[in-house]
Amino acid sequence: MELLRFATGGSVDDGKSTLIGRLLYDSKQIFQDQLEAVQRTSVARGDEYVNLALLTDGLRAEREQGITIDVAYRYFSTPRRRFIIADTPGHTQHTRNMVTGCSTADLVLLLIDARAGATEQTRRHAMIASLLGIRHLVLCVNKMDLVGYSKQRFEEIRDEFIGFSERLQVYDLTCIPISALAGDNVVERSTEMPWYGGLSLLEHLETVHIASDRNLIDFRFPVQLVIRPISSEHHDFRGYAGNIASGVLEVGDEVVALPSGFASHVVNIDGPDGPLQEAFPPQAVVVRLEDDIDISRGDMLCRPNNRPIVGQDVSAMVCWMAERPLREGSTFAIKHTTRWARARVRSLQYRLDVNALHRDSRAAELELNDIGRIHLRTTAPLFYDEYRDNRQTGSFVLVDEQTNATVAAGMLRRPTF
Amino acid sequence: MAHRLSHLDTLASEAIHIIREVVAEFERPALLFSGGKDSAVLLHLATKACWPQRVPFPIVHVDTGHNFPEVIEYRDQQVSKLEVRLVVGSVQEDIDRGSIVEQPVPGATRNRLQTFTLLRVLEENRYDAVFGGGRRDEEKARAKERVFSLRDEFGQWDPRAQRPELWDLYNTRHRPGEHFRVFPLSNWTELDIWQYVDEQKLELPHIYFAHRRTVFRRTGMLLAIGPWTQPRDGVASEQPFETTVRYRTVGDMTCTAAVESTASTPAEIIVETAATRVSERGATRADDRFSDAAMEDRKREGYF
Repeated sequence: MELLRFATGGSVDDGKSTLIGRLLYDSKQIFQDQLEAVQRTSVARGDEYVNLALLTDGLRAEREQGITIDVAYRYFSTPRRRFIIADTPGHTQHTRNMVTGCSTADLVLLLIDARAGATEQTRRHAMIASLLGIRHLVLCVNKMDLVGYSKQRFEEIRDEFIGFSERLQVYDLTCIPISALAGDNVVERSTEMPWYGGLSLLEHLETVHIASDRNLIDFRFPVQLVIRPISSEHHDFRGYAGNIASGVLEVGDEVVALPSGFASHVVNIDGPDGPLQEAFPPQAVVVRLEDDIDISRGDMLCRPNNRPIVGQDVSAMVCWMAERPLREGSTFAIKHTTRWARARVRSLQYRLDVNALHRDSRAAELELNDIGRIHLRTTAPLFYDEYRDNRQTGSFVLVDEQTNATVAAGMLRRPTF
Repeated sequence: MAHRLSHLDTLASEAIHIIREVVAEFERPALLFSGGKDSAVLLHLATKACWPQRVPFPIVHVDTGHNFPEVIEYRDQQVSKLEVRLVVGSVQEDIDRGSIVEQPVPGATRNRLQTFTLLRVLEENRYDAVFGGGRRDEEKARAKERVFSLRDEFGQWDPRAQRPELWDLYNTRHRPGEHFRVFPLSNWTELDIWQYVDEQKLELPHIYFAHRRTVFRRTGMLLAIGPWTQPRDGVASEQPFETTVRYRTVGDMTCTAAVESTASTPAEIIVETAATRVSERGATRADDRFSDAAMEDRKREGYF
C-alpha cells in the first residue's frame, strides 16, 4: 500500500478540523470511545451538534479556546492508501506550523468558506505550499450547504483562485465543492450538487498520482553514520549508513565521495531486511565500497557525472519562525542533510509580501512568520541542490545558538551572485 | 511496483533514520523498553539501524512491580538474545526508600508513580536521548508531540513551546541537564505495528495472543485476577469467570485490561484490529480514562 501525506490549510473558521473529523468518521477510523468522549465534551460545551473538531484539538488550551494551536498528526487508511494528515492551524501567528506541516507533505488541502471566498490566509497558505514544493493542491470550497449548493458561487471562487495560483508554482490544482459538516463530496459524492461531475475528496486523495513526484534521477546519499563494528567477526567491515535522498543506486555503480572527490565502486547495499541489488528513496541502507576511502558523517555520495552544487555562499528562501527578528550579520547553526555548520546572514535580499506577491527589497529584517530571500555564508561547504529539484538536499534549518530554538526553515536556490 | 516502497517499508526506513540520527548526535542514548509490542518493534528497528553492530545503547525498564510474569520473561529473553545492556528502575525500591508514597488502597495503580522512577533513572545515568515507543495515533496529546521532544531539566514537556520540526532535519541541540524523548514510531498506527510484527515474524509476550484466563468486570473492563487485582467482596458485578482473552497493551497489571478475543496469531489480530471500534487505550487503560487531558497532564510531568 502507498503512503500519502497531506497537510491542511485555510482560515480559522473554514472547518478544517471538522473536515478531518468527517474523513476519519466516514472512513470509520474514529473509534467508538473517542466519539463518545467528543459527544460528552460537545454536550458539556453546549454545542448544537457533535463537534468533530474536538477529535483533533488535542491540547487543553485548544479545547478551551476552541482553536487549533499546533500541528496535529492524524492517521487513516482505506483499502487503497494509507494517509497521514498534518492538521495545521489557521491563525496567522501559527503560520510557521503550516510550513512545518507542508515540509513532509505530498499534497496540500486548502479550505475556503464558500460564503467568504479566498482570504488573505488562503492565499498565504497556497503560497507556502508552492514555496515548499508541494505539487498537488486541492481546494475544498466548504460550507456549500450555507450557499444553497450554488454552482455559480463555487465557480466564482474557483476561477478567482485559479487566477491567483497562476502566479505560483502549482502543478496540479483540483477544486471540490464540499460540506464537511453535512458530508457532501467528502467520502461519498453529494446528491445536492448534481452539477459537479468530479471525484469526492476521498476518491481524489486515493487516486492522485504521486509516484512521479520523487527524484529518481540525481543520486544523492548523505552519509549519516559510519559503521565500523569493533568485533573480530566484522573485522574489516566499513559501511556507510543513511537514507537514499534521491536517485537510484545499484551494486557495481561508480560513486564519488564529497568533499574528498575520491571515487570508488559500490560492493554491497544492505537494506533493513537484508542485501539489495539496488536502492531508491527513502530507503535506509548501509553502503559498502570497494576502496577504503576517508568518508565521515555529513559527507555525500553521488555519481561522478551528476554532482550537487558545492558552496559556502548560498542563497535561500527562508520562513522566519522566531520572535526575535532575522537581521543581516547574525550567525546561526545550520543543519543541512546530515551536516551541521555555522552560517552568517550576509544579506537580506527582500521580504516577500505574501498577499501581493511583491518583493520588498527595502526590508531591514524578517519578523516572525515572514518569508524572505537571504544570502548565507557557511563555515563549511554544503553539498546541495535547488529545493525545487530535490527537497532532501535543498532544505535546511537554522538554529539559534543561544536558545537552541529552531528559528528558520530554508529552501536553497541556485546562487545568483 | 518499480522503485516504490510499501507504507510499512517507508515507516521502517523513517524510524531507522531517526534512530541513527540519535546514535550520531547524542552521547548517552537509551531505549525505554516495557516488553510491549511497540517497544519490541522499536528494539527490532534499533538492531536494524545499528546492524551489523550490537545495539550500542542500554535498554531501560521501569518496573512497577506489578508486572505480568510473561512480560518479564520475554524482556530477559530479548536482552540475552540481542546482547544488550538492561537497566531496571524499580518503583518498589523507590517506595521502600520513601521517595514516593503509594496510595493506601490495595491494588492501587502505580502508573503515575512510574514518572518519579523513570526520571530518577534518566538523571542518574545522565541519558541525553531516550527512545520511546509512543505513537501519535494513540492519544490526542501525543498527536501533537514532536519526534524529537525536548524535556527540561525537570523532565517536563511544554506542549506550547515545542520547536518546529521540518523535513527530516532534527534539531538535537540542548542544554546540559535537558534531554530528548525520541519517538521513531510516531507515524505508526496500531495496525502498522501488527502488520510489521507479522511481516518480520517478531516474537512478543504470549499474553498478546488469545489464552484462557480468569477475569472479572470492573467499569466495563476485564481485569485479570492476580496478586494486585481482586474482585471486591459483595460487588455482584465483579463475579469472576474464565474466558478467552488477549491483551492489546501490556502495562501495570492493576490498570491494564484484557479484551475477549480468540485471535491467536498476528494475522488474526490484524483482522480483529481492522474491525475494532474501540481505541487501544480506551479499551484497556484505566489510567487514561480520568479526564480528557489525562495524558497531557502526565506527559507534562515527564511521563513516557
